[in-house]
Amino acid sequence: MHVHFLDPYHSGDSLIHQLDARIKLVLTLAFILTASLTPFGAWAAYILLLAIVLSVEMLSELGIRYVLKRAFLATPFVLAALPLIFTVQGTPIASITIGAWTLTMTLEGVERVLSIALKSWVSVQMAIVLAATTPFPQLLAAMRALRIPKLLVAIFGLMWRYMFVMVDEALRLLRARAARSGATDARRKRGGSLAWRARVTGGMAGNLLVRSFERGDRIYAAMAARGYDGEVRTFPLPALTARHWFIMGAGLLVCLVILLLAAILSP
Amino acid sequence: MLSAPLAPAAMHIPDGFLSVLVAIALWLGTALIVAVALRRVSADLGERQVPMMGVLAAAIFAGQMLNFPVAGGTSGHLLGAALATILLGPWAAIIIMTCVIGVQGLIFQDGGLLAMGANIFNMGIVGVVVTNFLYRSVRTLAGNRSWSIFVGGFLSAWLGVVLAALVTALELAISGTSPANIAIPAMGGIHMLIGVGEGLITVGALAFLYVTRPDLLQIGEAKPAGRAVWVAGLLIAVAIALASPLASRFPDGLNWVAEQEGFITNAHDAPYQIIPHYVFPGIPNEALATIIAGIVGVLLVFGVAFGIAYTRRNKTGAARSTPQTQN
Amino acid sequence: MHHTIQVQNLVFKYPDGTRALDDVSFSIAPGEKVALVGPNGAGKSTLLLHLNGILRGEGHVCVAGMEVTPDNLPRVRAAVGLVFQDPDDQLFSPTVFDDVAFGPIYQGLPEKEVCARVADALAAVHMQDAARRVSHHLSVGQKKRIAIATVLAMQPEILVLDEPSAGLDPRARRGLIHLLRELPQTMLIATHDLQLVAELLPRTIVMDDGRVVADGKTNMILNDAALLTAHGLEKP
Repeated sequence: MHVHFLDPYHSGDSLIHQLDARIKLVLTLAFILTASLTPFGAWAAYILLLAIVLSVEMLSELGIRYVLKRAFLATPFVLAALPLIFTVQGTPIASITIGAWTLTMTLEGVERVLSIALKSWVSVQMAIVLAATTPFPQLLAAMRALRIPKLLVAIFGLMWRYMFVMVDEALRLLRARAARSGATDARRKRGGSLAWRARVTGGMAGNLLVRSFERGDRIYAAMAARGYDGEVRTFPLPALTARHWFIMGAGLLVCLVILLLAAILSP
Repeated sequence: MLSAPLAPAAMHIPDGFLSVLVAIALWLGTALIVAVALRRVSADLGERQVPMMGVLAAAIFAGQMLNFPVAGGTSGHLLGAALATILLGPWAAIIIMTCVIGVQGLIFQDGGLLAMGANIFNMGIVGVVVTNFLYRSVRTLAGNRSWSIFVGGFLSAWLGVVLAALVTALELAISGTSPANIAIPAMGGIHMLIGVGEGLITVGALAFLYVTRPDLLQIGEAKPAGRAVWVAGLLIAVAIALASPLASRFPDGLNWVAEQEGFITNAHDAPYQIIPHYVFPGIPNEALATIIAGIVGVLLVFGVAFGIAYTRRNKTGAARSTPQTQN
Repeated sequence: MHHTIQVQNLVFKYPDGTRALDDVSFSIAPGEKVALVGPNGAGKSTLLLHLNGILRGEGHVCVAGMEVTPDNLPRVRAAVGLVFQDPDDQLFSPTVFDDVAFGPIYQGLPEKEVCARVADALAAVHMQDAARRVSHHLSVGQKKRIAIATVLAMQPEILVLDEPSAGLDPRARRGLIHLLRELPQTMLIATHDLQLVAELLPRTIVMDDGRVVADGKTNMILNDAALLTAHGLEKP
């Protein structure tokens, strides 16, 4: 069984797909940093950021609906920010009385929640485009280029490779449990106690861990059989061309301009 | 069941929710600690580290998909930091959780990229170090008797989850994204419940290993991480336990938030007084800028759309097989 | 011309003292294609792991003219290509290219040579276009081929395979048999697939309980019903 849903990469040959992974990673991070740095209430900046990320989505030919659908999954966290509507001091808009409490909505509170939601929304969209247009092995190379230690990148790469195998095994364990979770006609409480259920689940987790220890040993044997000596060795990446630097520079410049704009205009 | 990896856990902070200061400070701290962990794991495992760490991280990731129904449609999930810590020691657990959280953020957008340092810190460092402290303490106090594996496992898993949640709430409060007096008790309270599930699953796993592969349980015991880490765990646990009730007395987070909001405004007030607040009589600059930004934005998007449509028109007919050149 | 594989009085004991390999001896000449058969637990896989030094027991193991010692493991591993049973254990890199290049890279070859070796190895297993693919998207049969390619890229003298046809559907199995027939290396194949043995491998070594119980021409061994039954095998 192939757990393809774990791999968000959609192959394609759009401009974004063809862009070097290192540039995409740097610009995505710059974009997210820009979004985070814009102050609350900088609507002009938010509009521009949204326009940029939508343009990138269109250029990537992923389909805006796909990106927005995935972005939606990150929204529940906004609930954590909602109380700000009532707690931020400022111009009151409306009041709600619940029992003994009076909750006052303020303009600044609403502004702040909206700002947070927008910043988060554009950031996650850009991150989705990055993951969907860049094959993971290229992301690994980009991480090496960003000076993340080779050892960590190697572990990361191996983890990704076996993620699919392990999830497959986990799903099989879940299916086996489901196959044994029948119901009898007896009108007794089904499902066993909470503690029992947790123990069974824990047993499955333990099972996965044992299998991964054994697999780790076998993988090491396979690596040793091909000459592995503990050093991580990879080919150097092709050098960045002038065109690459230009694109990166242009992208960073745009981010800077938006920040300046937001700074100048903040009330 | 299949949506499990895509369902956000309660603790992964997305981008936009942390102030840049907090995010970057935590990134720096995390990077330092992970670098140290990498070196320690190198020394301990040597050549085996890449395959072992990689596969175990994959197992923990997969383990997070294992759930059990709790009540009314909700289910308990495994975070796994405690299990990793108990089995392999804190340094290896830090590396493993870094990989798990890294993949979750990068591939599934479960947690942001700028916020990743904070997420790794909360779940992968605080969770690990606190678990290590409590587990080792229980084991030592009980003279390493077998029952202490399970009692220690349960308690340390529970505490790890709760403190990770509290430190997450503190970060949100400091960033002004969630009011402290709601976030801290809410996240703390919910995770005291969720932590029970974590504790039970952890005990279940430990029980399985105790019967089938007791030798694996010895790995963490054989090379204990050392006093410094234990003390760090103690200090962090105490710090969070003290800070949380203190912070939750303030409705709008801590005082710094108001100052931080003013930070950007104040920094730009002086030099930019030159630009008057109004360019057109009656229309403030902000509104004008917003309108212009809107127009520019729309032009941008439609420009790209038309550009694509135009080039596509030329492409139909000619083969669209642009080879993947090295970029 | 030296014997390509020479095993003399090999003994390997588990930590609890049981003998996984009990005084095993045999020789394989260059170019021979030999089957290693026997019931589960006979020690076949354990024996194979001695041929490239992953396991070390008492006795002598010589491959390609070298004694297998801790000092010359890199050269031994370049000479003996071991293909494991589960291809998922052997395909541990992000892409197929990375996996096939792994051996040559660790042999210290320059980049151009590595790329040439990868191309040749993939061509030998008829998977030239697979270089950029990601391992988990491949079928079992394709993974087995790539696993063989990862080893071929090191240009070994000897190929040792552990249950190569296990888990393959008939079409993939047929493809594998064709492939093995084409490869020129000396081969030692541990397998339950006696049909494959009959088709491909002129000589058979039978193992049971850690010992070699028969060693001779395949068609003679496969026609010896008593021998087969005694060691848990069935005539194909």
